[in-house]
This record gives sequence, structure tokens and C-alpha cells, in this order.
Amino acid sequence: MVRVAEEWFAVCGGCEVSILDIGEPLLDLLPSLEFVHMPVLMDHKLYGQTGEKSKMEIPDADIGIVTGSIRNQENKELAEEMRRKCKIIISLGSCANFGGIPALGNMYTNAQIYDTNYRNDTSTEAGENPSEGLPALTDRVYSVNEVIKVDISIPGCPPTPEWIASALVALLEGKSFSLPERSVCDDCPVVREKKAKVDIRRPLQAPEFTPGRYDNMRCLNEQGILCLGPATRTGCGGSEKTPRCIKAYMPCRGCYGPIRDGANPMVDMMGALSSVGLDPKQIEDRMATFNRFIGSGRLRPMPVR
Amino acid sequence: MKEIVIQPVSRIEGGAKITITLDDTGNVADAQVNVLELRGFERFCIGRPVEEMPRITTRICGVCPWSHHLASAKACDAVFGVTPPPAGRKLRELCNSIAFMEEHILHFYFLSGGDFVMGPDADYMVRNVFGIAQKLPDVARNVVKVRHMCAHMLEIIAGKAIHPTAAVPGGFSKPLTEAERKQLIPMAQQALELAKFSIDYAKKSIFPAYIDVIKTVGVIKTGFLGTVKNDGTMDMYDGKLRMMDADGKYEDFEAKDYLDYISEKVLPWSFVKFPYNKKWGEFSMDPENPQGIFRVNTLARINVADKISTPLAQAELEEFRATFGRQVQATLLFHWARLIELLYSAEKAIELLNDPEITNTNTRVPVTPRAARGVGCTEAPRGTLIHDYTTDDKGLVTSANLIVATCMNNAPINMSVKQAAKLLIKDGKYDQGILNTVEMTIRAYDPCLSCASHDLNGQLACKLDIVDADGEVIETLTNK
Repeated sequence: MVRVAEEWFAVCGGCEVSILDIGEPLLDLLPSLEFVHMPVLMDHKLYGQTGEKSKMEIPDADIGIVTGSIRNQENKELAEEMRRKCKIIISLGSCANFGGIPALGNMYTNAQIYDTNYRNDTSTEAGENPSEGLPALTDRVYSVNEVIKVDISIPGCPPTPEWIASALVALLEGKSFSLPERSVCDDCPVVREKKAKVDIRRPLQAPEFTPGRYDNMRCLNEQGILCLGPATRTGCGGSEKTPRCIKAYMPCRGCYGPIRDGANPMVDMMGALSSVGLDPKQIEDRMATFNRFIGSGRLRPMPVR
Repeated sequence: MKEIVIQPVSRIEGGAKITITLDDTGNVADAQVNVLELRGFERFCIGRPVEEMPRITTRICGVCPWSHHLASAKACDAVFGVTPPPAGRKLRELCNSIAFMEEHILHFYFLSGGDFVMGPDADYMVRNVFGIAQKLPDVARNVVKVRHMCAHMLEIIAGKAIHPTAAVPGGFSKPLTEAERKQLIPMAQQALELAKFSIDYAKKSIFPAYIDVIKTVGVIKTGFLGTVKNDGTMDMYDGKLRMMDADGKYEDFEAKDYLDYISEKVLPWSFVKFPYNKKWGEFSMDPENPQGIFRVNTLARINVADKISTPLAQAELEEFRATFGRQVQATLLFHWARLIELLYSAEKAIELLNDPEITNTNTRVPVTPRAARGVGCTEAPRGTLIHDYTTDDKGLVTSANLIVATCMNNAPINMSVKQAAKLLIKDGKYDQGILNTVEMTIRAYDPCLSCASHDLNGQLACKLDIVDADGEVIETLTNK
């Protein structure tokens, strides 16, 4: 019996749904897993079942799964408690691994975020920033591995259920787990001719494709539609391989994060675009686009324009 | 004075705590649900190309990404001034129906089911889906299978089930092939079978056993908001908004005019704002005389709709009305209403899959950036959802206002929690079963705190402070 604890920080819940999307194989795994703490599915409380404890407490576990980015002090304390109580920490999803979409918030100060939300929204009756009994925000969005040591990273927004299942099975067998260090393009079935047909343009119209097929569609970058496949780790398609957004005839936006630790997707993308004759400078909102899911250590407040 | 803090509120989406304050005699003086998270979407969407919004705002919520995806795509349609071709619209609607099924199954069985199948005061280690899997293994396996199948259906149609990309300004990026359509029909039939089983099972084995709890716990008096077609038929994808008061008087209005009705209060103890209907007077959560409060989500939609367009769900609606009347205020009946909607969504999905237009390859029109404002509104599983964007002439977002279903239920959730706490906690006596029953009133709303806290940071704070007459906090129950 392997004991599992699961916690979420600043989340959307998509990673948790992805765990459920393992489907029936998850039921087959259940006899070997004992969930001891998982707020989304069970009622174990942090301060005792009737709130009688003054200290936050998570039960000891063999595996701790954490999702979401760190956005406030409480997230941070919870992450530290998970680290103390769990032998192996899996950081699940792009928020936990690179800040995810919430890290776009790192382009703004907390003050700007508060102002927008509590004073400048069209339907809001301006008020003071809420604070009573609420945790203080951290100065920016952090990924989990910036706050605690992480043993296994499973990126993705959300991660493909197959990878989550593979990781759990590997751990049950006492093995390690990691994703391949290849790009989305390596698994993409489209046709590449190494030369763009047209200049880069915004995805405001459909690319050319045959409904029901992918193998005869020209690479989206070569069709002038910005796709972040070249600088993004593959894996979203699972064993089927075909990238999920490509399946919808839509370009990749980088949700699996950099191909390997230490890669610089911004530079890699510029190179990939230039090599097929495209001008990256024509891309609108470059900084936020190239760092859409990976802003925790990369995006900063910009000078007010 | 004593404070009871329940933290986290569990088996809901996102994080919250409840603070219950008890007076000297051990009775409830106050109760609050505090949302602890804030992420700031409305700020960090500024400057983004508006066509990227349907792909960014999905991340407000991974449980209802389709609702944000579609509301966002509709807001983009309005910004660009285009109408999607019929097949594009129908594919969006089909995905919405399937997403509703998946969500409602998830909520009824995985999140709330433990309370009813195992009992509100069952041991907390079995009062959950794992307990259900032990007690009703065949039901659990089928539920897991069908919910997963709904996700798979969305993958077939859109390439990706969670955080999809296929709804685009001007329509839908991926036409449905005939082979895919044929593959989907038996799946939708299976989902319909589960929907039929669920409502029958609940009516026989669950609701009768809890009818006293249903009629008393969490009951408050509010108005309701939902989407209807011109003839008053329930609609989940598009229509007019109907704002109905507790007596049944209503006004229908276009979603783009929502600012004439909805205003949001900021209160110091929650990151989530409190929307209310300003046409009904000044905001007040006083349980004796609430002002401006309306509810959204399943029960609200069932209350405002005159009828449902599909036969099985219509029959269920008639039975529900014959039993409980029309402006139904019992909070736990959100569950019953949810099962009627599950049936409707399955029937609707089959209807759309049999629509000859659904496989038309013309699913998308091109768009051109311009300076404009656009409002997109749809019914999310958890209630009415509004996205409102303004763009500059390059089509970059200059302001975004999001009013999310769970925010609209923020005040009602707080009122229901307070009502339940007052009803159940007497003379300082409470245990984990009683506190869980208080939590059940939150669960009935199927709140999505990630959605609600899109503003900065993903948790609802619910805090039950137990405080004596001197204002001394004796105990706090929170979801911290």
C-alpha cells in the first residue's frame, strides 16, 4: 500500500480532472494506493476535523502530488508541510513546474492587480483590498520548485492522463520517471518543407488543411501561423503522439514548457522562426506569448507605457 | 465567544475556509465563507491579442474550461463583429452539452455523492468517492467509465478535453467528420443511460432519505438568474438573461446590458466580490431581509425556465414542479435540478449529433482586428458566466471584465452557510458530522473557487468563527 497525499495551491483544478481522466485504469490502481489527504475528493482537514488544532497538519505519505503555483503565504506553508511529510514530491502541471498561466501576472505588480480587481473593473463598486483573515500574497507567482525541492516533474496544461498513470505505476514498481527531452515538432505529423510560404500573421483565419487528416497539412509556422512547437517539450499527445492542439488544427502555445531544464524557449523560438525565413519581430505581444506558461522566473513587471 | 474554522472546505473545486462565530451561549453569531485566492486574470489579460483570450481564460478553471472557452469565443465574435457559421455554432453547443454532462456527473458522484451515499456524518475517510467505490463497485465503475468517455468525446470533437483550443473567434477550428459523428453517437447514448439511471436512483434511494435535511438546511430566500430562449425555454449556450425575483416576477434582458443590473461589492474578508442586482435595492445579506441577492446554477435555471425542449428532461421538470413548486429555495435541491440538467444535456447532445448540419465543413469565418467592445455570455454548469472585453484598433485587450457564476453565488453561499450553522450548532455543541452538514450547503452550489478567484490567487475562504459574547474567539473552523 502506497500512501498518497495531494494538495493544490493557486490552481484551476485541471490537473485534478486529468488524474480522474486516467479513467478505469485508475480504479485498477486504487487497491495499491491509499489516499490520505486530497481536498478535492476527501474531507481530511488541515487543522483537525473540528478545527481543534492550531497547527496545519498533513499525514505522512510516500507520495505527495502538488498542483498549482505559489501565489500566497499559505500556499508556501502548505508546500513546506507537504515536503516535510512526503517522501517523494511530484509537481504536476505547468503551474507547479513553471508558474503556468497565473505567472502572466508577474508582468504586473500586486498593486496593479489589486487596483484592477477591486477598484477599476466596470461592474465593481470600489472597495479596499480584502485582507481580513486572508493570507498575504507573495511578491510574485512562484513555481513549486522555487519554494521546495521537487523529485518528479510532470508538466502540461493539463498533463496527459497517461503520463500521470505511468508515473504512478513507475513509483509503485520502485522506478524513477521522466518525460522525453524532445520537441512537439518531433511528434507532429504535419509536412515541413523548411521554408515559410507567407509572412507570420495572427491566427485570425483557418490554416489550410483537409478535415479528418493531419499528415498532409503544412506546418503551421510555414503557413505563417505562429506555433510554439519547436521550443516546447513533447508529450501532450500521449501514446497517440499527435499534439493535442494540432488535432484541432490550432498552433501550440507551449503548455508543456521547455524541452529540457535550462533551455531558453524565447531564443529557441526566434531561431526556429528565422530558420524558415520568418521575422519574429512581427509577432504581437512576444514576451507574454513566448512565456505564456513559463513565467515564474522569466516575466517581470514592465515599465508603465 | 468562540470561533470554529473549517479548513479546507473539501470536495469542492478550489480552496475556501468557513469561519463560524459562536456567542457566549454557544449559539451562532456569524458565519463567513472566505475565499483565500486571487490570481488576477482581469489584469494580466490586458495587452494580450484578443484572439488568444479563449485559450488563456480556459485556465481560470480546469473543471469548467469549456464554459470560459465558449464565453470567451462569443465575446471575441462580438468584438470582431462576426457570426459563426451554423456548423461552428452547433459544434460549440455540442461541446457545451457534453461538458455539462461530464461536470454534472463529476459533481454528483465524485464530489457530493459521499454525503448522501455514505451519510453526512460517516467517517471522513470513507465519506467520499473511494467509499462509494467500495460500497457500490458496479455503479462506481460505470460512473468512472462514462465520465471518462465524455472527456474522450470532447477529445474526438475538439482535440483536447481540458483547456481546449477549438472554439475560435468566428466559429470552430475543427470540422466534425462523419466517421467521428458515427463514433460519438453510441457514446452519447451510454451517457443518456447513465443520466436516466442517476435521476431514478436519486429519486428512489437518495432524496427520500434526506427530505427533512433538504427542506431545512441551507434554505434562504433569493431571486434567480438564468438563460432562456425567446419563448422561455431553457438554454445553456445562448439566449436572453432572465432575472426572476423570489415571487416569480421577472425581467428578460440581453447579456450585453448586464451592467444595468449587476453590480459587485467588495467585502474585506473575501478575495471574491459579491455581485447583486442593483435594481432590487442596496446589497444586504441579512437572512431576514436580503436585498439584491440572486442565485445562479442548476436550481436557478430550473426555476427561471418555463420549459425544457427535450422530452425526458421536460417530464422530470414537470414532476419536480409538481413536488416543490416553482421559485424553489431549498439549497440542497440544486442536486436534483443538476440531475434534470444531466438528462437534458444528454438528450441535447444526441439531438445535435443527429443534426445534418453538424458535419458541414464550413465552421469558421475569418476575422479582422478593430477597436470594439464585446460581451460573451453562456451558462456554465455552475451558472451564468459573462466575459466582457474591450480592444484597441490592433485587437489587443485594453480591459476585461469577468463575472463568473460562483461569484454570483458568493452571497447566497454565505447566507446558506450561516443559516445552516445557526440551525445545527446549538449551545456550543457540534461535531465533525454537523460541520460537514454545514459544508454540504456549500457543496450543493458546486462552487468553483478557481473561477471565483480568477482575480488574483484559487481559493474560497470559508471560515466559521466560534466567538463568545466578549468577542473572544473560542475556536475557528476554516478550510485553511
